[in-house]
Amino acid sequence: MLQILTDGLVIGSVVSLGAIGLSLTFSILRFSNFGHGELLAWGAYLALTALAMFAAVGGVAAAPMAPFSFGWPLLAAMGVAALLVALGVLALDWLLFKRLRRQGAITLVIASFGAALALRNLLLFVYGGIPQYYSQELQIAIALLPRSVWGGMRITPDQLFVLGLTAVTVVALHLFLKLSTLGRAMRATSLNPQLARVAGIDPERVLRATWVIGGMLAAVAGVFAGLTVQLRPTLGLDLLLPLFAAVILGGIGSVWGAVLGGLIVGLAESAAVSVVGAEYRAAAAFAVLIAILLIRPNGLFGERA
Amino acid sequence: MAEIASQWSGWLSYGSFFLVFASSFAIIVLGLNLQWGYTGLFNVGVAGFVAVGAYTSAILTTPETADRIGGFGWPVAAGWVAAMAAAGLTGLLIGAVALRLRDDYLAITTFGVAVTIQLVATNAQSLTGGPFGVQFIPKPLQGWLGTGLPWTLGYLALTMALLAVAYVALERLVRSPWGRVLRAIREDEDAAASLGKRAFFFRLQSFVIGSALMGLGGAVYAHFVGYIAPEDFLPILTFQLWAMLIVGGSGNNRGALLGAFVVWGFWTAAGGLLRGWIPQAEQARAAALQVVLIGVLIAVMLVMRPRGLLGEEVSVSRVP
Repeated sequence: MLQILTDGLVIGSVVSLGAIGLSLTFSILRFSNFGHGELLAWGAYLALTALAMFAAVGGVAAAPMAPFSFGWPLLAAMGVAALLVALGVLALDWLLFKRLRRQGAITLVIASFGAALALRNLLLFVYGGIPQYYSQELQIAIALLPRSVWGGMRITPDQLFVLGLTAVTVVALHLFLKLSTLGRAMRATSLNPQLARVAGIDPERVLRATWVIGGMLAAVAGVFAGLTVQLRPTLGLDLLLPLFAAVILGGIGSVWGAVLGGLIVGLAESAAVSVVGAEYRAAAAFAVLIAILLIRPNGLFGERA
Repeated sequence: MAEIASQWSGWLSYGSFFLVFASSFAIIVLGLNLQWGYTGLFNVGVAGFVAVGAYTSAILTTPETADRIGGFGWPVAAGWVAAMAAAGLTGLLIGAVALRLRDDYLAITTFGVAVTIQLVATNAQSLTGGPFGVQFIPKPLQGWLGTGLPWTLGYLALTMALLAVAYVALERLVRSPWGRVLRAIREDEDAAASLGKRAFFFRLQSFVIGSALMGLGGAVYAHFVGYIAPEDFLPILTFQLWAMLIVGGSGNNRGALLGAFVVWGFWTAAGGLLRGWIPQAEQARAAALQVVLIGVLIAVMLVMRPRGLLGEEVSVSRVP
C-alpha cells in the first residue's frame, strides 16, 4: 500500500520534470511537441557519454558518494547533458520549427512527430539497442517504515535523491517564473502574446528561453529516469504519453499543475502495476488522459480555453 | 531462354509484391487524407486503427486454434467488412471523446490509442497471440489460383480494385455537398456554424469513415502476408503513412495515391541501398538510419514544399 505510494512518487517526479518543460512549450510556443520525450532520452544518454569521458580523462572513476550509487561525476555529467540538450533544441528550433511557425500549430505538430522519430532512431543508431546503466553498484533499499505498518515502505538512496532534487528544481523554477523579469515575460507571453509584444517583450527571446528551460528540465528528468530505471532508446517514446497526460491533467501552462499531474500519473502507473500487472502500465496514463478529457478538459489548474 | 523467363518472373513477382504493399498503404492514406486533408483532423495513431482492422479480420477468419480465443473461420470478405466496422467503431469512440476539444487533444488522444492497442496486441496473448502474433491468416482465392505468382497477381488485382472503389467513392464524397461542408468547417468553423452546420457531427462522420478505410487497409495487408505481429504496427508505420500523405499533397486524393507509391518506393530503395552498404553485423543500425532518412525527408518536404508534390486540388462542385 505505502510502497505503491513511494514508487508512484519516484515515477511521478520524473514525469513531473518532463511535463513542466512540455507544458511551458505547449503554452508559449502553442503546439504539442511530440519530440519532447526524445529530449529526455538524449539527456539521459548524453550524460552517460559525459560520464564515460570523465572516467577516461580522470583516469579512475571517482568513488560513489556514501549512500548513493553515483559520485560527483554523474552530477557534472547531468549538467553537461542539460547544456547540450538546451543547445540541441535551440538548433532544432532554428532548423525546423522556426521556419514552420507561420504555418500554424498542426504543421508544427507533424514536424515534431518527424523530428521525434529521427531523433529516436539516431539515438538507436549511435548507442545501440541494449539497455545500459550509469553504475553497476547495487543499492540496498532503506526501510523507512517496517513491514508491519501497511506493508511497509522501502526506498533506495538514489530514489530519495531524485525526490529531493525534483522538489528543489520545481521550487527554483517557480521562483524564477514569479520573480525574474524573463520569467514574467514568459508568463505574459503565455497568457497573451499580442499584449506581451505591445508591452515591448521580444517574443523570440522568450521562445528561446522556453526551449532552454524545457530542454534542461527534460535532460534532468531523463537522467533521473536512467538512474531509477535504466537507459534504453525507447525511454522517450515510453514517457511521452505519461508526459502528455500529466500536462493536460494539470492544465496547459501551469507549472504546479504539471507537477501535480506528473505525480498523479506516477501514482496511477504504480497502482496499475500492482493491480493489473506491469505489462499494462502504460495504459494507466491513457486511462488518466481519457478520464480528464471527459471530466475536465481544461485540466485541474487550466485557464478557460 | 529459360533463364530470361525466370528472371522476368522474378521481377514480376518482386514488382507485384511492391505494388500490393503500396496499394494497401494507399487505401489507408486515402482514409488519412479524408481526416486530415479534407477535415483537418490530426490522427497520430493511424497504426492503431490499421492494427484493429488487421487483427479483427485475422481473428475472425483464421481456422480454430487451441491456444487462442478466436479462429472463427469466417469467409475473408466478411472478415474485411468486420475489420472496417471495428476500426470505424474505434474511431467513433475516440472521436466522441476528443473531437469536441481543441485540435492537438485529438493528436494526443490518438497517440494514446495507438500505444494502448500496441499494448493489448503484445499482452493479450489469449486473443492476439501476444508477441508471436496471428499466423495462418487465410489468403483469399488461393484455392483457385494456387500459391505462386498467379496468386500474387490475382491479389494485386483485387487490391487495386478495392483501391479504385475507395478512390472513386471518396472523390464523389468530397465533391458532394457533404465534402463542401467539411472543407468549410476546416477553413472557418464559425462561418460554417452560422450556416447551421454542426461541426462536431461532420467531423465525427469524416473521422469514422477515415478510420474504417484504415481498418480495411490493415486487413488487406494481413491477408496478403498471412501473418501479423505487434511489431507490424509500431509508430513508424504511422509515420510512413503521414510521409506518404505529406509528400503526395494532402487535400488531394490523387496526391495521396501518388505519395503512397513514391514514399514506399523511396523507403524500399533506401532500405536496399543501406543493407548493401552497411555490413551484416550492423543491420539493426541500418534500419534505424532508414527511419532517420524518412524523418528528414518529411521535415525537408514541410519546409521546402509544404503543399506536397501535387498540392491541394481546387475543387468546384458542379450541378450535374
